[in-house]
Amino acid sequence: MSTPTDTTRGTTGEPAGPTRGAFSTRPDDDDRRPGELTLRELIRWTWRQLTSMRTALILLLLLALAAIPGSVIPQEGVDSLKTNNWKSAHPSLTPVYEKLRLFSVYDSPWFSAIYLLLVVSLVGCILPRTFHYWRGLRAQPPVAPRNLARLPDHASYRTDEEPDAVLGRARELLRGRAGRRYRLAAEPGDGAVSAERGYLREAGNLLFHLSVLVVLVGFALGGLFGYKGGVILLVGDRYGFANDLTQYDDFNPGSLFNAENMEPFSFHIDKFSVDWLTTGPRAGMARGFQSQISYRTDPGAPVQHYDLRVNHPLTIGSTEVFLIGHGYAPVITVRDGDGNVAYHGPTIFLPTDQSFRSFGVVKAPDAEPTQIGLEGEFYPTVAFSKQTGSYYSLIGKPLDPLLSLLVYTGDLNMDSGAPQSIYDLDKSRTTMLTKSDGAPFRLDLQQGQTTRLPNHLGSVTFNGLQEWNKVQISQTPGKWIALVGVVLALVGLLGSLFIRPRRVWVRARRDGDGTLVEVAALDRSGGGDTGVVVDELVGRLRGQREDQS
Amino acid sequence: MTDAAWETLSNQAVAACGIVYFLALLAHLVEWASLRKVPVAMAAAAAAPAAASAGAPARRAGGDAASGGVAVATGPQQPGGGEPGASDDAAARRVALFERLGFLLTCLAVAIHLVALVARGMAADPNRVPWGNMYEFTLTGTFVVAALYVALRRKLTLDWMAPVVLVFVLAVLMVAVTWLYAPVAPLTEALSSYWLVIHVVSAIIATGAFTLGGITSALYLVKARSTAGSARTTGYVARLPKLEVLDRVSYRLHAFGFPVWTFAVLITGPIWAHQAWSSYWNWDPKEVWAFITWVVYAAYLHARTTAGWKGRNAAILALVGVATLWFNFIGINYFSTTSQHSYAGGAPALVTAQTR
Repeated sequence: MSTPTDTTRGTTGEPAGPTRGAFSTRPDDDDRRPGELTLRELIRWTWRQLTSMRTALILLLLLALAAIPGSVIPQEGVDSLKTNNWKSAHPSLTPVYEKLRLFSVYDSPWFSAIYLLLVVSLVGCILPRTFHYWRGLRAQPPVAPRNLARLPDHASYRTDEEPDAVLGRARELLRGRAGRRYRLAAEPGDGAVSAERGYLREAGNLLFHLSVLVVLVGFALGGLFGYKGGVILLVGDRYGFANDLTQYDDFNPGSLFNAENMEPFSFHIDKFSVDWLTTGPRAGMARGFQSQISYRTDPGAPVQHYDLRVNHPLTIGSTEVFLIGHGYAPVITVRDGDGNVAYHGPTIFLPTDQSFRSFGVVKAPDAEPTQIGLEGEFYPTVAFSKQTGSYYSLIGKPLDPLLSLLVYTGDLNMDSGAPQSIYDLDKSRTTMLTKSDGAPFRLDLQQGQTTRLPNHLGSVTFNGLQEWNKVQISQTPGKWIALVGVVLALVGLLGSLFIRPRRVWVRARRDGDGTLVEVAALDRSGGGDTGVVVDELVGRLRGQREDQS
Repeated sequence: MTDAAWETLSNQAVAACGIVYFLALLAHLVEWASLRKVPVAMAAAAAAPAAASAGAPARRAGGDAASGGVAVATGPQQPGGGEPGASDDAAARRVALFERLGFLLTCLAVAIHLVALVARGMAADPNRVPWGNMYEFTLTGTFVVAALYVALRRKLTLDWMAPVVLVFVLAVLMVAVTWLYAPVAPLTEALSSYWLVIHVVSAIIATGAFTLGGITSALYLVKARSTAGSARTTGYVARLPKLEVLDRVSYRLHAFGFPVWTFAVLITGPIWAHQAWSSYWNWDPKEVWAFITWVVYAAYLHARTTAGWKGRNAAILALVGVATLWFNFIGINYFSTTSQHSYAGGAPALVTAQTR
């Protein structure tokens, strides 16, 4: 390997050939073309490039740019329903977007690549800086430059005092009186005082960058080991929930999640209450959601009670339980042609808008002579629009509830083995009941009403109304690490922005007629106004003199 | 007073403060128009005596000349300004008068603006902080921009910023009244939390500081462009502070705004999100854009210390930052409907269950 070393570089001093200038520092035995690097040099070059401030800047801007698509395109992990709707609405774009991972931007390889490079760049930046800082902390303030008048902020004055007296006073002023607290060079030096302050600025800077790593660790822990799941639970002590994978309606675990870490609590909802605003500009809005729940931290533990509200989650161990939604479950009974009960129970209808117009499905596969499926809408307070010729709901409060269902008969396809959603009716092998004129046969049921189905198929009853809550349950390990990290980052940020690193020099020397005192200051942060510092110090140096005389 | 009376008072106060802002803008425009007759050098001289007699070095003359008027003695000096004539003297007096008038009117408008905000909170039943919908957020945002300008005018010598700030505040107030107005209503359930006060106050204060910083950066670019070609010595641009001063003022505003923004979107935001929505970071569009704004301003702070990015490029970054900020503040609500922050259309208070 022809790695150049410092001992050979530029020490021969001889002209080394016609193509090379006399001042070339390239060693004689190096006959590589310009730009040709050895592996080590290449690695070093790459590292230098990666850890340079310019690269960090570009990576930061790339990160900002890369985050944009995720805010415009619906995201799988944020709203899967909306993502699915979008996909079915854009059949030609979807495969392209899927290839580019645009439906899950924030865990896509290209987004990860940017922030991982940024982390590498950050580490590469703070490691050498910490080392420098450590050395600088123990070093003396630098010796005064020869020509203080060359610094951008400087001042001078003449006095008849002895130089040593002026310097002594300057040292005293800078060391600690009036809270100035400069660090002074230990040796008096050549008739000058060197002082420096603001060492903590760089400490703040390093703390900030280190804390960013801490936040990332905390965030990653939550993403890898945590989970978030939702369950729709009927109100009433007959309907309980035990924290077990099988009980969730939807479940998003981290990639390293272990089901054994799930805490064995259980709960049920005793009562759910809501205030409906009936007047004012927000009439129809609901507030004051409150679920009274009873829970046990494990099967043997005593029952405890909690009022679950929005913004007031219940914490059980390291798991948290949130109230995030509610809706109605009409109790429906389906009797078949033989008069037997083919279906009975509260049926969860999912709200589709703010007035709680809700959508739901009933499946009665055991009905005779044919299976019966119902699909339709529920209106808590029904009204009829002549414009659209259809029902709508006035308000989410159940003042005048109505079920409006279409009836399907035939094979509901529930024996095929493929899992079916309870909110979805497979209509591929069914026929819709129609009236004699061919219009769809629509069941409109008020509470307590029963309607017979035609052709002796049976009857449907709307017995009553129950409520359900959507409860979100999540475990987020590392959230405290992330919080501590971000708070430390803020502390470091404040230090790095508002601590002003400053060097001040005072020199006094005898010349022809008296003593010439020069004062200069340098602000290394670029944000400070050192002129004020110089003026103030000169004022104090002269002012004290006047006081003494 | 009844709630309806409070609401009427608030609406009237918004109209009144808009008018007073406009009058203040007119006063400042008269001031700047009159200044065209006053050579830059003379205005500087008029401002200097106060500072000079105090024995302060000349470099601070532009800094503390608050009483002396717009005369920031930092613009390019006109060669041979000469002895001021009598007409110039009258013009200088007019400048000082209208400058003062403009500032007093601005203070009055800010006070009326505050009345509008307080009345808005009192109009709700139960009384609440006036941060329940986009109209109220925007009303508060413009108030903070104007109030920060008034508060920092002396400390950072922001006299030259007056016309731009007033135009901005007026324009955004108009947007608020025309498109964002919503009648007073109780808070949605998810907003009823003391985190609303902490989170929204800090976010709005940072927005105000970033906006003022963005205005400074824009003027920096204008000034840099105008001095790059022929050295102009008259008009508004010539009287802006030196480029270094603009850069420093811009940095100070951003350095104030950035930690506050960090506190708002990366500390209080996630804490509240965790309480209300069960996860501290949801990649909600508003969160994403707040993060983008944060990253852009982090890049701005880095750029200021990076060779080749100082000055012009840093100022451009600051403008990009302020664009993402205001897009996030108003725009994203109309762009994306998935946002849990979309208060524009009165989104459901409780996330409705749509599970499959």
